Amino acid sequence: MNAQAADKTVATMAQTRPLVAMDHVSKIFSNGTLALQDMSLTVRGGEFLSLLGPSGCGKSTALRIIAGLGGVSSGSIDWPSSRINSKGLPEGDISFVFQEPTLMPWQTVFGNVFLPLRLRGVSKKAAEEPIMEALTAVGLGDFAKAYPRELSGGMKMRVSIARAMVTKPRLLLMDEPFAALDEITRQKLNDDVLNLWRRTGITVIFVTHSVFESAYLSNRIVVMKARPGRVHADFPLVTASERDALYRSSEDYRQACEKVSAMLLEAMGDAPEGH
Amino acid sequence: MTSSVPEMNASSERRKDIALRIAVPLVMVVGLVLIWHFGVVMSGVPPYILPSPGAVLSALIGDWSLLFPALVVTTKITLMSLALALIGGAGFAIFLVQSRWIEIAFYPIAVILQVTPIVAISPLILIYAPTTQVALLICAFLVAFFPILSNMVQGLKSVDHNLLNLFDLYGASRWQTLIYLKIPAAQPYFMTGLRIGGGLALIAAVVAEFAAGSAGASSGLAFRLLESQFRMNIPRLFAALLMLSALGVTIFAATSFISWLALHRWHESNLKREN
Ligand SMILES: Nc1ncnc2c1ncn2[C@@H]1O[C@H](COP(=O)(O)OP(=O)(O)OP(=O)(O)O)[C@@H](O)[C@H]1O
Ligand SMILES: [Mg+2]
Repeated sequence: MNAQAADKTVATMAQTRPLVAMDHVSKIFSNGTLALQDMSLTVRGGEFLSLLGPSGCGKSTALRIIAGLGGVSSGSIDWPSSRINSKGLPEGDISFVFQEPTLMPWQTVFGNVFLPLRLRGVSKKAAEEPIMEALTAVGLGDFAKAYPRELSGGMKMRVSIARAMVTKPRLLLMDEPFAALDEITRQKLNDDVLNLWRRTGITVIFVTHSVFESAYLSNRIVVMKARPGRVHADFPLVTASERDALYRSSEDYRQACEKVSAMLLEAMGDAPEGH
Repeated sequence: MTSSVPEMNASSERRKDIALRIAVPLVMVVGLVLIWHFGVVMSGVPPYILPSPGAVLSALIGDWSLLFPALVVTTKITLMSLALALIGGAGFAIFLVQSRWIEIAFYPIAVILQVTPIVAISPLILIYAPTTQVALLICAFLVAFFPILSNMVQGLKSVDHNLLNLFDLYGASRWQTLIYLKIPAAQPYFMTGLRIGGGLALIAAVVAEFAAGSAGASSGLAFRLLESQFRMNIPRLFAALLMLSALGVTIFAATSFISWLALHRWHESNLKREN
């Protein structure tokens, strides 16, 4: 993809329909913690959205609410362009990558990636092709028979991503998926996710603590503020150059990092809003 | 080439390790038997107080036609009660964790039965049960049942929350969550219950038979022990004891082996630490 094509992608994305909308969502936990207050966020199809903010500001909570895990205290989650099942979730459209790989240790890599399909009643035989495809996409084609304990941390994370991708979801939610990994592995997995996103046209909501990661990956950045959790800043990140190794050393990237950094600092400090 | 040298060293090291693991306890046992033998010979203790190992061995061979059927009876009771306890304990545990109210209602009853010493209930059971054999079976069942139940309950409840979330996200039914997540996750706990239950079933079978006292043709090893004591046939008493501990060791080895078979590929308890 060249610069022109990248621009075109961004242009089409701006026109796509909203996929999911958080509408004035508040969340109070049973112990009285107000984790989110009146948070509204509309995610459009095809976006790569990074969610940043200080620790404890409610990023994970927001992500889980979108996934239908733990309901809202007030407000609603709307799926304007999806068919909704009895649980209020779009049928089979969401995948979640947790901060930990969250694999079943008694299953092989194959068995772990098989899980979402198995739960839908897909036979093992019919599932084999998509599973191997997903594993190959994350570079683990040769490890189908291995058990999770035989894999490194980065490899486990890639299995988790393969499991999320095997259902070909429309929305991929990732909660600091690479936080525990070394820088090189992290960059490699960033590229993997980026490639998946480009190839499949999937929508990604990516929670991270890393300014660099968000500036590298996303075309939209949402910065949250803590206590109570709410959106502090929301801006697109459009760059002329393609996101690759070269981009990491470009002026574009440096500026993007600076901008995100400034917003994050603003959200963390008690400086008045709009300052 | 160079890498094969340390590998060979490692494997020969391991073989040496295994050989030592077998040889050391064996030498220990042989040594104790020798001490026993020479102790009896030199001190001149009469055989009706402490028989020599040789006398025990000849009692074992001479009374084989009396002792072996008793061994079969005890083995049968132990294994049958263990099997019932496994089915009952695991099944009841699955039932208990289905709802909080079921657990609140039933668990205290289970605990009361568990903490009541089984020897104290056995006279009652002996009265109510149609035959002594059935009474022994019930006693051994009750004792083996609870460790399996409580381990299984704990196992079913200690499932990784993120995995539970994942199953929710993919819309897994209660049944699917049980089959694909809770039961496999509880396996290590079940195996612990099996190992403990196996040992306890034998102990309970023996204790209950002591309590039962009376016996006919179908008496077990415990009755033969008592009978030998009354008749001051101490070598036979030792021979019966030897059979009981051989049975205990066999049950222990078998349950450990089953547990290893089920878990060795993935569970920590069965993995060699290689870091
Ligand atoms: N189960 C819970 N019960 C009560 N309070 C909770 C629970 N989970 C989270 N919280 C609270 O809600 C707030 C938001 O938590 P959340 O995990 O969403 O933060 P986060 O932005 O993901 O933080 P981090 O970056 O450290 O992961 C925190 O103040 C936390 O203490
Ligand atoms: Mg979090």
